[in-house]
Amino acid sequence: MAKDTDRRDLFPGALEIMILQTLRLRPMHGYALVKHIKQVSDNLLEVEEGSLYPALQRMLKGGLLESEMGTSAKGRPTRIYRVTDAGLRHLEKEISSFEKMFSGITRVLAVARA
Amino acid sequence: MQGLSRLFRRRQRYDDLSASIREHIAERTDELVDEGMPRLQAEQVARREFGNVTLIEERSREVWQWAASERIAADLKFVFRRLRKSPGFAATVLLTLAIGIGANTAVFSVLNSVLLRPLPYPEPQELVSLHLNAPGAPGLAEFRNELRLSASMYFTFAAHNRTFQFVGVWGPGTASITGLAQPEQVNTAQISDGVLETLNVPALVGQWLTPADQDAHGLGRVMLSYGYWQRRFGGDPGVVGRTISVNSQSRVIAGVMPRGFKVVNYDFDLLVPLALDPTKEILAGFAYRGIARLRPGVAIPQANADAARLLNVWMDSWSNGPGSDPHWYLRWEITPALQPLKDAVVGSINSVLWVIMGTIGVVMLIACTNVANLLLVRADARQQELSIRSALGAGKWRIARELLLESLTLGLLGGAAGVAVAYGGLRLLTAIGPENLPRLSEISLDGWSVAFTLVLSVLSGLLFGAIPVLRYVPSRQHLTLLGTTRTASVGRERQRGRNLLVVAQVAMALVLLIGAVLMIRTFLAMRNVDPGFSDPASLQVMRLSIPETLVRDSTTVVRMQNSIINKLAAIPGVSSAGFAASVPMSGAEPSWDEILIEGKNYEGDNPPMRLYNYISPGYFHTAGTRFVAGRDFTWAEIYSVRPIGIVSEGLAGELWGSPGAAIGKHFREFESQPWHEVVGVVQDVRENGVDQVSPATVYWPPLMGDPSVLEKLGAWRTVYFALRTPRAGMQSLVSDMQQAVWSVNANVPVTDVSTMQEIYSDSMARTSFTLVMLAIAGSMALVLGIIGIYGVISYTVSRRTREIGIRLALGAQRTELRWMFVRSALVLTAIGVGIGVAAAAGLTRLMKSLLFGISPLDPFTYAAVPLVLAVAAVLASYLPARRAASVDPVEALRAE
Repeated sequence: MAKDTDRRDLFPGALEIMILQTLRLRPMHGYALVKHIKQVSDNLLEVEEGSLYPALQRMLKGGLLESEMGTSAKGRPTRIYRVTDAGLRHLEKEISSFEKMFSGITRVLAVARA
Repeated sequence: MQGLSRLFRRRQRYDDLSASIREHIAERTDELVDEGMPRLQAEQVARREFGNVTLIEERSREVWQWAASERIAADLKFVFRRLRKSPGFAATVLLTLAIGIGANTAVFSVLNSVLLRPLPYPEPQELVSLHLNAPGAPGLAEFRNELRLSASMYFTFAAHNRTFQFVGVWGPGTASITGLAQPEQVNTAQISDGVLETLNVPALVGQWLTPADQDAHGLGRVMLSYGYWQRRFGGDPGVVGRTISVNSQSRVIAGVMPRGFKVVNYDFDLLVPLALDPTKEILAGFAYRGIARLRPGVAIPQANADAARLLNVWMDSWSNGPGSDPHWYLRWEITPALQPLKDAVVGSINSVLWVIMGTIGVVMLIACTNVANLLLVRADARQQELSIRSALGAGKWRIARELLLESLTLGLLGGAAGVAVAYGGLRLLTAIGPENLPRLSEISLDGWSVAFTLVLSVLSGLLFGAIPVLRYVPSRQHLTLLGTTRTASVGRERQRGRNLLVVAQVAMALVLLIGAVLMIRTFLAMRNVDPGFSDPASLQVMRLSIPETLVRDSTTVVRMQNSIINKLAAIPGVSSAGFAASVPMSGAEPSWDEILIEGKNYEGDNPPMRLYNYISPGYFHTAGTRFVAGRDFTWAEIYSVRPIGIVSEGLAGELWGSPGAAIGKHFREFESQPWHEVVGVVQDVRENGVDQVSPATVYWPPLMGDPSVLEKLGAWRTVYFALRTPRAGMQSLVSDMQQAVWSVNANVPVTDVSTMQEIYSDSMARTSFTLVMLAIAGSMALVLGIIGIYGVISYTVSRRTREIGIRLALGAQRTELRWMFVRSALVLTAIGVGIGVAAAAGLTRLMKSLLFGISPLDPFTYAAVPLVLAVAAVLASYLPARRAASVDPVEALRAE
């Protein structure tokens, strides 16, 4: 199972960042999350359900998210996930470290091309 | 409380998760329906897109779990459910394990308590026994495996040693206590200064004996043992300072030693000061056992070197009287061989205990193989289930874990039941164990025993669990094969596993049975030895002591002993009576020295040591010891102090060629003694047990010395009376004996009342104990082995029913079929016997010291035991083979 997740995640932590970022816009339930990421990324990124739900539980446990009873668009009961303050702080930190990494990678690639 | 609420919240989480996933799929379905897909198809697509709901839920839940332990808990629940579903299997396995583990724990507890646990004294590793060898004193080894210390040696050691903190000597004795209740004979430990300091266990009440108590001219105080204090004084702490009459002398009680305190391995009632007088001691008098506490950091070789130096100091500073050569003892080549005190306490029992431990361990192995066999059959039945699970994606490790968990659970449950069995087994062991087993009272189940049980349970669980795991955990490549065995006969490979187990079982059972038969043959060989007395069951023995403080005059002592004999012989049913200083196998401290024979020049010679005994007229007749030549003493000769003696057959042959030639010859102990005439020669007596050589023995009259000077006459004051009577062992006889003694003197207590049969059996206790234990282990092994063979053959038969049907249909003869199965059992047995014989030949060497009269490679045993096993194997395989042959071909082909 660990092998499978590695393959689908771009790199460790990417899924978490996308979830946090998406939920920052507004709290939503699992299916909405998947759809949102797919749409926003122009179908480039697809979130596997097999990774999503364990990841949500991990983040709940880590205190990055909290969940509450809510209803879906169709009016059925489901769980709505919301980012906590700790989640926001974690997101900021991750984003800045990602940006550093990206700029590093970009520079290396630029040198290699030249 | 917190755990509970967390569990509750977790349940909530799980429900939320399921709700989320349900909604996820529902929403996707709705979307697909909106896109125009039929609902039924939309539901399927949505589910397929989502993936394995159960798996995803499980993985999501794992986030909240203490993963490993919960998975194991779930597996455990499954294991218990499966065990409950097959109570027959569970009961068989648990019973086998409980008995196996229990027996092992019990024997280990004995081993641990006797051999491994340190002695109950502070810093026990510093304690040594002052063991001396005297290889230059020929004959001594026939009745003593060491040279005891003389009092003068003790004085030298105490004053001049450089390696001891403390040193002391002691000896067992008896004393009669009067004035409390009936006159009572108690066991005393006579101790020198230094013994209590060496052992270093403080008094429970009052104080230790002090050097002042050792004054040879005073009457030193005494100490009580805990047991005697409780028995006679009701545990009254005010007993210190009171006086009691010991051998008719008033002695003050100094204190009480705590419960369980022994002097080395000797359980005493009373500690009495030896009160040695250095002004009167000579070199000789090798009567005491020495103990010492080494200075910290001193090793035994260092102490041995010190003791060797001290022996020279001893010869330089003492003598055996004017004109004697103090360095004469150089001939004896006295060499110190100090031992850790524990070795001296434990003695020779350790070989017995290790043999028994090994035996019981092998029984455990056999039990494990049987359980492994049962597990194999069970795993066989689950093979379908296991391959399906494997096909569904269960990992190898996942399945192995479950199988191992099952066997570990069985092992631990068996171990728990085993502790209960061990508790019972220990009581049994201590009951049937040799009464002289050292440290018997210290035997208990302790933390080590429990740890041993735990380790044994886990190890055996892993052992019998590993076999089905190795056989049955399928690798993915095997998947296709696994499903196809339904109609075929059993695959060779699987059958080979079970066959191996049977071979191992037969081999181990053979080793144990050979051990057991060797012990039985040893026992029979010992029973066949003429011990030198007849019909021990009708020979009653008691010990009696007439202390000097009660009767001073030696002749009076002998007259008293004579009239006791007369009174005893007059008891109804008693045909004869007599006494001896020591009866065979009683463990009485031997008396010994060399003898010189008339007409032989001993210049520069070193005559061997002879065992001495002192006997009354009629003793040999009573004991049933045959006269080979000559005659018995008469009372008239005793009272006139005629210098006469009787010698043993072996000694007569050695000194004068033949028993007949010995009569009329003369010998003496030392030069100032008159020549004693040999008047009789008696058969050899196995003084130290039937498995030991008969020592060359000199029997002296009980009254000896210079009849013209009253003080120079000596009598033997502590003697064993022997009575020949069919009433031996009866309580009524004992009270008659007591009455007879008291009619002569009311202050003489009677002790050590037993029949010669009891003494004889006690001397064989080590052998019979080993025999019983090996016989139990051997029969368990045999039964388990037969069950193993039966199980394997009958399982093979049931698996091959179809094949049998085909063979029968094609015209195979039923007798031929039966023989086919019996033959396969015989082949396995033969291989097992081959391995077992080789193993037994190696292993029984280890029990050589326990055997008597036969070799560890006794041909009879090595022929008979395999034969018995082969017969057992034929029987065990014949029953299932007959079933195979009676199969109806039509039924067989339809089977499965």
